[in-house]
Amino acid sequence: MATRETHQAIETVFRIERARLIGGLARLVRDIDLAEELAQDALVTALSEWPQSGVPRNPGAWLMAAAKRRAIDGFRRREMLKRKHAEIGRDLEDEQETGVDAIEAAMDDDIGDELLSLIFTACHPVLSPEARAALTLRLIGGLTTDEIARAFLSSEATIAQRIVRAKKAIAKAGAAYEVPRGEELRARLQSVLSVIYLIFNEGYAATSGPDLLRPALSIEAQRLARILAGLMPDEPEVFGLLALIEIQSSRFAARVGADGLPVLLTDQNRAKWDRLAIRRGLAALERAHGLGGATAPYVLQADLAACHARALKAEDTDWPRIAGLYDTLLDIMPSPVVALNRAVAHCMAFGPDIGLQLIADIEASGALANYALLPAAKGDFLFRANRRAEAKAKFEEAAALSSNEKELAFLLRRAVECGD
Amino acid sequence: MRVMVIVKATGDSEAGIMPSTELLEAMGNYNEELVKAGIMLAGEGLHPSSKGKRIAFDGPGRTVIDGPFAETRELIAGFWLWEVKDMAEAVEWVKRCPNPMLGPSEIEIRPVFEAADFGEALTPEIAAQEERLREQLSK
Repeated sequence: MATRETHQAIETVFRIERARLIGGLARLVRDIDLAEELAQDALVTALSEWPQSGVPRNPGAWLMAAAKRRAIDGFRRREMLKRKHAEIGRDLEDEQETGVDAIEAAMDDDIGDELLSLIFTACHPVLSPEARAALTLRLIGGLTTDEIARAFLSSEATIAQRIVRAKKAIAKAGAAYEVPRGEELRARLQSVLSVIYLIFNEGYAATSGPDLLRPALSIEAQRLARILAGLMPDEPEVFGLLALIEIQSSRFAARVGADGLPVLLTDQNRAKWDRLAIRRGLAALERAHGLGGATAPYVLQADLAACHARALKAEDTDWPRIAGLYDTLLDIMPSPVVALNRAVAHCMAFGPDIGLQLIADIEASGALANYALLPAAKGDFLFRANRRAEAKAKFEEAAALSSNEKELAFLLRRAVECGD
Repeated sequence: MRVMVIVKATGDSEAGIMPSTELLEAMGNYNEELVKAGIMLAGEGLHPSSKGKRIAFDGPGRTVIDGPFAETRELIAGFWLWEVKDMAEAVEWVKRCPNPMLGPSEIEIRPVFEAADFGEALTPEIAAQEERLREQLSK
């Protein structure tokens, strides 16, 4: 095989194995930076050896063994230095032996959850949501700092610094680099799920732009959700999130019109929905219910998305069911945004008067002031109630609050549709 | 990118010889790896072409042809749909697949068209026209 081809093949193998490798090494050396460095060293070794010896049958295990050997060498070297410098006798020697033993023992201890433990470490609650997302994309997604920066419309320096700080914070917190158990697992899993959903939405919310990397974020989040589902097959919330992401992603091709403006869910050309993604989403949702997740927030949100996915025509949408699901969701996840969506569902199910009543409650609470979608929804209800002049005023109010260029154009168009 | 990974038929698969327990187990493990890597979107095995049918088109004419079909090497015995970062990753994963057949066999990888592949040929005007057509059709 030509060297160039071999190198490409080796780099691809490395890309596939990288996250698992770093996860296993981080557990061993308790330092993400060092783990990344050791993994990189293993790649260098592979690039020099594999062109002669050929790619081994189990390249992942080979890379792991090579990296662990480097870890032990490094450990011995550091201990030797320490000993030389300090000239301490037997006590330290004993300690040092234990260190090497521990690494060697861990080398045989393949429990196969390296990737999962790395996901939990990257999404550690000591980090801010942005830092978790950046670190997850770096470590598990294998994205470069530059790629992450472009995807989050940020500068490379900002993201690089965010990642460095995140790694330090994890080391300082004394993170175990392991999958948490019992009660802790519940809480930590929520953090993992919210990071994946944040990454998905970051890509999904971007309807256009010169950089294709933002939609790529959604694809990466989908992959993360699928990986997590493969690793945690008994967690209903994981399948709830997977279902939600699969179903939402089925609308990628339909959610922006030829004019580049967002298309409302009810106005989308459903022929453009990805039926295969919907099927995967519905299967994941069924599994989430089978595991007893009916009232889990992501499962409920996936149920909502599924109501739309099941309707072949917008008129077929089961709005009363959606309204009912929002009632439950508001109970377990009280938030003004959920309340607003609930108002929309009730408006569709039971008429604009009920919608206007619910939205009046939100307005009275003072929440969502300066949130463009509040007057936008009210404008829509008024439009449906045939109160065009009031609707127009609300759409204009919403437009004044909108900072998104496309959304602004959309709102102004709706205002024009109200007539004079 | 999405790729379709196509398992080509062999004399054995066309003869309806079912895979051994060992192969089923190895395939099961492999599929599990694909799921855990987050790349598997779909995948199915197909009955031999003796249970299939072809419809030949010639202008307005439609002729139904019953299987089996002769050119075994051109037939397919199964497929996956994967989401991978690039072709090199797909190649690497296919190399890890257990030989799906008893004897020599072949797996083919074909990238799935994405909207961006149509490039400038799919102008906003054409997209809008398609949209209008679809709207008319759905009325």
